[in-house]
Amino acid sequence: MTNATIVVVLALMALIAFAVVRQRSVALVAGATDQLHSLPRYHGYYAALMVALPGLVVLVLWLISGKYIVENLILSGLPSALVDANAERLDLLVNRIRLIAENGVGLETDDAILDAAARFNSLYGRGIAATLVLTMAAAGAGYLYAVGKVAPLFRARTRFEKILHSMLALSSFLAIGITIGIIGSLIFESLRFFQQVPLEEFIFGLKWSPQTALRVDQIAAEGSFGAVPLFAGTFLISLIAMVVAGPIGLFAAIYLTQYASPRTRNFAKPILEILAGVPTVVYGFFAALTVAPLFRDLGMTLGLDIASESALVAGVVMGIMIIPFVSSLSDDALMAVPDAMKEGSLALGATPAETVMKVLLPSALPGIASAFLLAASRAVGETMIVVMAAGMRPNLTANPLEAVTTVTVQIVALLTGDQEFNSTKTLSAFALGLALFVTTLMLNIFALRLVRRYRQVYE
Amino acid sequence: MSDDRANNLDVLSRRVNWKSTQMRARVRRRYWADRLFRLSGFSAVVIAGLFLLFLLGNIIQNGISGFMQTSIEIDIAFDPTLLPDPTLPPDQFSAALARADMQRLLRQALMAEFPNVSGRRDIIQLTRMLSSGARAQLRQVILKDPSVIGTTKRVRILASDEVDQVMKGNIDVGVSEENRKLQDKELAWLGRFQQEDRVSLSFHSRFITGGDSREPELVGVRGAITGSALTLLVTLLTAFPVGLAAAIYLEEFAPRNRFTDIIEVNINNLAAVPSIVFGLLGLAFFLGFMGMARSAPLVGGLTLALLTLPTIIISARAAIAAVPGSIRDAARGLGASPMQVAFHHVVPLAMPGIMTGTIIGMARALGESAPLLMIGMVAFIVDVPGGVNDPATVLPVQIYLWADSPERAFIEKTSAAIMVLLFFLISMNGLAIWLRQRFERKW
Repeated sequence: MTNATIVVVLALMALIAFAVVRQRSVALVAGATDQLHSLPRYHGYYAALMVALPGLVVLVLWLISGKYIVENLILSGLPSALVDANAERLDLLVNRIRLIAENGVGLETDDAILDAAARFNSLYGRGIAATLVLTMAAAGAGYLYAVGKVAPLFRARTRFEKILHSMLALSSFLAIGITIGIIGSLIFESLRFFQQVPLEEFIFGLKWSPQTALRVDQIAAEGSFGAVPLFAGTFLISLIAMVVAGPIGLFAAIYLTQYASPRTRNFAKPILEILAGVPTVVYGFFAALTVAPLFRDLGMTLGLDIASESALVAGVVMGIMIIPFVSSLSDDALMAVPDAMKEGSLALGATPAETVMKVLLPSALPGIASAFLLAASRAVGETMIVVMAAGMRPNLTANPLEAVTTVTVQIVALLTGDQEFNSTKTLSAFALGLALFVTTLMLNIFALRLVRRYRQVYE
Repeated sequence: MSDDRANNLDVLSRRVNWKSTQMRARVRRRYWADRLFRLSGFSAVVIAGLFLLFLLGNIIQNGISGFMQTSIEIDIAFDPTLLPDPTLPPDQFSAALARADMQRLLRQALMAEFPNVSGRRDIIQLTRMLSSGARAQLRQVILKDPSVIGTTKRVRILASDEVDQVMKGNIDVGVSEENRKLQDKELAWLGRFQQEDRVSLSFHSRFITGGDSREPELVGVRGAITGSALTLLVTLLTAFPVGLAAAIYLEEFAPRNRFTDIIEVNINNLAAVPSIVFGLLGLAFFLGFMGMARSAPLVGGLTLALLTLPTIIISARAAIAAVPGSIRDAARGLGASPMQVAFHHVVPLAMPGIMTGTIIGMARALGESAPLLMIGMVAFIVDVPGGVNDPATVLPVQIYLWADSPERAFIEKTSAAIMVLLFFLISMNGLAIWLRQRFERKW
């Protein structure tokens, strides 16, 4: 029996409630449904909701708290010697028990832990059984309530629609919930990080080497968490990307809005969009496998020493990826300039190029600037290309031919593979994530502001 | 010059002399500048197109051979002393077969082919020309037809990845011996097989139907495709209803006030949050707080649902807003409640647009890998996952893992996997475009 069983049972009960209550409402008026306030099916819907909602509440409570309850029960039942020996890392002990409980005995030899794992499974099984009973009880109560309510003048539809309305509203509040979740979890974990590493060191420190000692008694180098090299690397790569994508994207937008025939436009625009649709892991592979050797050979003929993982390669490939962001947003900005301004300029004898440079670009400037900002925010947050092509070594340099690392690369490096959830190393990834989130959010908000102000000028 | 120009441009006192040589030169210059400008715009489009062409061409060129694999035909003497008795009941037979020494069978066959190869190391080298999957292949042959035991039969056996790469021309056999994986004597052995026309390159169905492996010649994408499908299923089942409900609420029911303004701005901002941040949220919330299983499609799908939700809400809102108000007025006039207006009329009419947006959001989720690295969907998993709680990986992450592998043969496998991924992406986007063109109404 698993949690899925409970869902199935609940769904079945809701279905039965729907059928029974719908039938009952018809029977109440002996088939003359025009005497009902609500159509029979609304009586059914209402009953189904009355059954499903209380059951779901119980189920969700169990899903959130079940494992914690069982863990605490297990911990209190462990031999005190074992608990004392692991007093500092009780969470690790719990993890060990849970691993065995979920995946089988493996290499574990400690009888107390094996015993605890067995108890974990039996307790968890009992928990599920209890939840099933409670869910069914809650659903049953809902059913009795709904059946008691059925009457010809009962406003089942109004009630049902009210519940539905609040469910719709709840869904849209979820979007805010996600933001709160992101900010909350990032800040929560970052605060724990900043208890161990001072904020100044993170923001101003020049050395990033997150290797911390595995054991307390180990004399390993204290990890240092100065994030400046990472921000510098991110900035360098994003800058290169913008140098590639900015001119190409802007010129493509100018050509497609001002010069191209509608047919060319219809053909070229989707092709540009495809560039944005290609998964970033494909770009990463392309950068590492094809572009990097190409640049190295090119550099050799020019007498330059380009590292096989260089900021240049990652930046250029990322630039290709964000061309469509620049071009389609600049396209929109250029199209939004009133035709009268463009035609006025042309009528005065300006060439199309002069019209673009002296009339269209200045008036579309806020929109184009926001396009650049949004593209830059994309570049800052991009992960796979830099993971595969930019390198892992923190390197504080402005030389694009060297390998640098970025914030996103370090987040991936810190969090892939099995990690202790509470180590400084893992927590530092959340601090980096917070920095990344704040940076991109500021870029986005600033970009949206620009566009909004610009719109107000013309509409 | 400046005097001339002042003369020519002195519009207040007299008309401009457009015929003067200076003005003609000036006009010509301006037209040249325009042409140059136009050319730069055109080349920007062309450059972007060429990048795309180069990218796709490069992937296809590398990847097309990844669907093919080299096999060598070898005469295997199915020695009855090494193999179980075919008269045993089937389950005992297959159990005994699993214990039988297939490696020895292969070795004997190869030694019979090359009687003058001797010495332990040479013989090991000889057997290394075949894939380590050869044993399983032989087992399959016997299981399919136990009567081969005691006879000699020519069997097509997968070659090792190095032999395969030589056959495909990816390894340059011209370089000196110590710089390549395959030594001269191995090439000579291979040459003999080739002379006898026993080496063949053919379509490798295992790449489509198999799971992951450490050996490039044995890998397949089915595990990753199944993982992707399960993950996307979870994403669709969670993000679509919630996104649709949110869009209906915001377009049809929400009062215009500060709070709904905040929701709107918030959704737009969420759409631009880097995907890796969603991975961190998934890690902290689903794994840390909820204690769900690592590496599972369930967690991956929920994380991607958070990521695609803004996209779905935005496109669903656009589709709902495009339904004209007259439809709503007509339904209201006939006595429908606001809820009935929304669910019986507006949403069905907006459905093609909503579906299009959803499919595009799903396609984006299919190509996403960074957030899934955060929640541990990056493990080496051989088995094809059977449910949403099994450890799994997805196609883009599989590509990332293979791209990291050192063997030369993984380059073509990675490219081939990218081709599979792009195939799915193109199909999904094609479906979205078709839906839009077929069903979307212009009011």
